[in-house]
Amino acid sequence: MIDVSQRVKRIVVEHLGVDEAKVTEDASFIDDLGADSLDTVELVMAFEEEFSCEIPDDAAEKILNVKDAIDFIKSQGG
Amino acid sequence: MFDLSDKIALVTGATGGIGFAVAENLHRQGAHVVLSGTRQMVLEEKAAMLGDRVSIVFCNLGDKDSVKSLPKTVEASIGAPVDILINNAGITRDQMLVRMKDEDWDQVISINLTSCFLLSRSLIRSMIRKRWGRIISISSIVGTTGNPGQTNYAAAKAGLVGFSKALAAEVASRGITVNVIAPGLIATAMTDALPYEQKEKLLENVPARRLGTTDDIAASVLYLASEEAGYVTGATIHVNGGMAML
Repeated sequence: MIDVSQRVKRIVVEHLGVDEAKVTEDASFIDDLGADSLDTVELVMAFEEEFSCEIPDDAAEKILNVKDAIDFIKSQGG
Repeated sequence: MFDLSDKIALVTGATGGIGFAVAENLHRQGAHVVLSGTRQMVLEEKAAMLGDRVSIVFCNLGDKDSVKSLPKTVEASIGAPVDILINNAGITRDQMLVRMKDEDWDQVISINLTSCFLLSRSLIRSMIRKRWGRIISISSIVGTTGNPGQTNYAAAKAGLVGFSKALAAEVASRGITVNVIAPGLIATAMTDALPYEQKEKLLENVPARRLGTTDDIAASVLYLASEEAGYVTGATIHVNGGMAML
């Protein structure tokens, strides 16, 4: 079973079509990985599906990089 | 052209003249249509007229909770999300501004504008996921030209145009288009009730010298709903016989 961090990174790589090496924990989706604001919405939707959880809008707004996503999912017991 | 097989279309206000004509036209092109309205009996009658590929859902668009649950109800009953949203339902509460009551304003804004926001917000995620969607709102010529006694209605109808342009810009990259149809004078139960002289007077301002038909509106909706119109977004199509050339 691959861990949360790897699953999150895989989603980001697939969704944004970026080089895996660029997807570090503190890489900002928008500033470093070229996401637009709708991409960040879609990433959150993809995380919700992957981890079968619901990410409320106020939490989603704070998920700006890979680490934010991992921390949130882990806090939900993901 | 305009093949809508395998598409699911939700039409609000589907028991009305324009709403049902729109539903009929989408249905004819192969779409599964969901008729939403507030008159259960009429909904059932209209559904029977279409035959298969049709569902009905009772929804009072003035009731926020009812509106919010509508897309889920539809998806649960059909097993797939809505591809095409037609924001057609509308009411009037005409009154000169000096005499307009708070509730005249609130009801018109709520049903004619806020419900479109709520429905679009509920449906946009599945459209984004699919990389395909159509949101078409029925506005009115008075949203552009104004009309005495209709400050509430004109504000809501103009609001649809601004709403649609902003949303169109947000989701264009995802294969979703958001457009508006602005009908002029259309022959419906409402205009049928007008006396002959008054109708003639109204037509003096219409170069086409006739009232529009509900099919005139439905044809424009059908175009915007189609695959072929995929590059048209944020637009308002005025269907008014030349009454106002905008």
